[in-house]
Amino acid sequence: MKANCWIAPNNVAVEDVPDPQILNPRDAIVRITSSAICGSDLHLLQGYIPAMKKGDVLGHEFMGEIVELGQGSRDGLSVGDRVVVGFPIACGNCTSCQRGLYSICENSNPNAAIAETAMGHSPAGIFGYSHLLGGYAGGQAQYVRVPFADVGALKIEDDLPDEKVLFLSDVLPSGYMAAEMCDITSGDIIAVWGAGPVGQFAAASAFLLGAERVIVIDRFPYRLRMARENTGAETINYEESDVLDTLREMTAGRGPDACIDAVGMEGHHASAALHAYDKAKQAAKVETDRPHALREAVLACRNGGTISAIGSYGGFIDKFPMGSFMNRSLTLRSGQAHVQRYMRPLLERIRKGEIDPSFIITHTMRLDDTPHGYDIFKNKQEECVKVVLKP
Amino acid sequence: MTDTLGIERASQDRPSEGLARLLGWFSLGLGAAALGARSRVGRLSGIDGSPTAQTVLRIAGVRELGHAAALLVPRRAGWGAWTRVAGDAMDLAACGRALQGRRGERRRRLTYTTVAVAGITAVDLYTAVRVARRRRPEGNEVHAAVTVNRSVEDVYRFWHDFENLPRFMHHLQSVRMTGDRRSRWTAKAPAGRRVVWDAEVVDDRPNERISWRSVPRAKVPNAGTVRFMRAAGGRGTEVRVQLGYRAPGGMLGARVAKLFGEDPQQQVCDDLRRFKQVIETGEIVRSDASPEGSAVQQQMKQRPARPLATRGAGR
Repeated sequence: MKANCWIAPNNVAVEDVPDPQILNPRDAIVRITSSAICGSDLHLLQGYIPAMKKGDVLGHEFMGEIVELGQGSRDGLSVGDRVVVGFPIACGNCTSCQRGLYSICENSNPNAAIAETAMGHSPAGIFGYSHLLGGYAGGQAQYVRVPFADVGALKIEDDLPDEKVLFLSDVLPSGYMAAEMCDITSGDIIAVWGAGPVGQFAAASAFLLGAERVIVIDRFPYRLRMARENTGAETINYEESDVLDTLREMTAGRGPDACIDAVGMEGHHASAALHAYDKAKQAAKVETDRPHALREAVLACRNGGTISAIGSYGGFIDKFPMGSFMNRSLTLRSGQAHVQRYMRPLLERIRKGEIDPSFIITHTMRLDDTPHGYDIFKNKQEECVKVVLKP
Repeated sequence: MTDTLGIERASQDRPSEGLARLLGWFSLGLGAAALGARSRVGRLSGIDGSPTAQTVLRIAGVRELGHAAALLVPRRAGWGAWTRVAGDAMDLAACGRALQGRRGERRRRLTYTTVAVAGITAVDLYTAVRVARRRRPEGNEVHAAVTVNRSVEDVYRFWHDFENLPRFMHHLQSVRMTGDRRSRWTAKAPAGRRVVWDAEVVDDRPNERISWRSVPRAKVPNAGTVRFMRAAGGRGTEVRVQLGYRAPGGMLGARVAKLFGEDPQQQVCDDLRRFKQVIETGEIVRSDASPEGSAVQQQMKQRPARPLATRGAGR
């Protein structure tokens, strides 16, 4: 089969690799009909997540048709079913899974010992997301093996097109969970850093959950325009105006009630000097992540507000404004999305027409063109927001 | 000397053992010099010039050879180090006596000798104390714990069936029950070899603890205890394992580790992680990069995360 493989930093290639096969009783083999490139794939592409090996198959947002099932699969999955697969691999049996915290499943990372060294405790394994998180082959391929398919694969029973349900695998639940972590109450103003797919879904979800106003912050006019048109958010271009001042003014001095960081470890800063400072530290491996958005979110948030961090971080950050955070009674919530918890309810919302996630798709291409897809997505060319791959 | 798990232990304390042997060679040199080049040694140390000194030197030479034998011949230099301390005491006494009758240049040399002997005494005393203390058992005993989302009864029952152990203990090939309390264990050893031993359950308290021990004269003396405790607030069961083993022929530490494939502490942690996987999910989770399961060794030697090449490409 064909699969998109990581070769070296900033180098991916579509290669012929062996077909997947059932390894465990609860596995399923899925023939992929659509997969996507996610913003967090860029961290892997650029080599910021250390445990990548030449030949690793990438991709954790995908859907398709079950072509083979292991002996032990439970709960009504059968060959021929059309499914969307959540990106965290979760067993459904451990304490974390039973509490709905699927992305910290205690059993699905076979490399837990390595992750423990880096993180203290191990999170769940993730498809195509480095050996630190399990060394699972990803879904930018023709076929993929799905462990614990009875927990991770959601059957799509009606004829909703791939484009409407594909993002249940990651970016839609991620954006939704980011908004949910804000505990939105009536009249709340939510600020969202990052107008990528997760940021836009977070903005849309914040409105769904009752926010009064949503303000999206980014530096690409086309992404901000998209957020305005599709979610009804107001926008700030941080290269044109000072974010803290503008937010203070827009909220009459209070600051946003909650701030969502949908940027993560590769943030940019309007000040070239500050950006260079973090970039240099990152290059020297003194700091692994560039937390510009997180720092700004802390400073912008109203007293007693909440920071909801959904952007991916890999390791260690410097200069977290702890004084501001502590003295102003802020709350920080974060996590990889517990996708399995949100897939079914969000599918219902899609069915009812409350949200149509397909608006973020700007490019659809063949699996063979994946390297080009990575290129335009990374460099923000051709107004690229989301690339969908068709094997 | 046996440890808390009832396993016969040998010394772990290599540095002090090495120091004792070094002192043994030192004694040999001193003894040979004192006997072979008596007059020169006498002149150099400042105790020459009297018939008594010649006798004292001869006695000291013989005594040093005795120390050498005591320190170098036995497998462990236990009390040998203390014979040197006793000899040092004699030397210091002799020096003290001799100092009273010496003047000038000879007195100065003798003073140097006395200071040197005092220094050697300090080293000997240190070594003797270290070598004596080393008998305390340590190492080769590993602890690990895991919390499992199952009832104490389930967890106890699963572990109590020893034939389940190879499902998650990777160095074990099989465990077969041969009697009510007896079982035969087969483990993988380096170079494709196998080690077989018999074990018996020595303590079995339902839903509380199980202790087992290899029968006497087993090739790989080992013992283990697993304790089960209800975790507070419905958090399942805490499983705490204590294992000890000693490899054939008294090989220790690193060589035991080799026998079992890797660092025993890491091995036990990995075993418990797999135990949790098996009892909670019914399977040991395998990724495309480590289809054999999770073990640190396999993690180090991981292939790229692409599917296995067994079915042939191009479906």
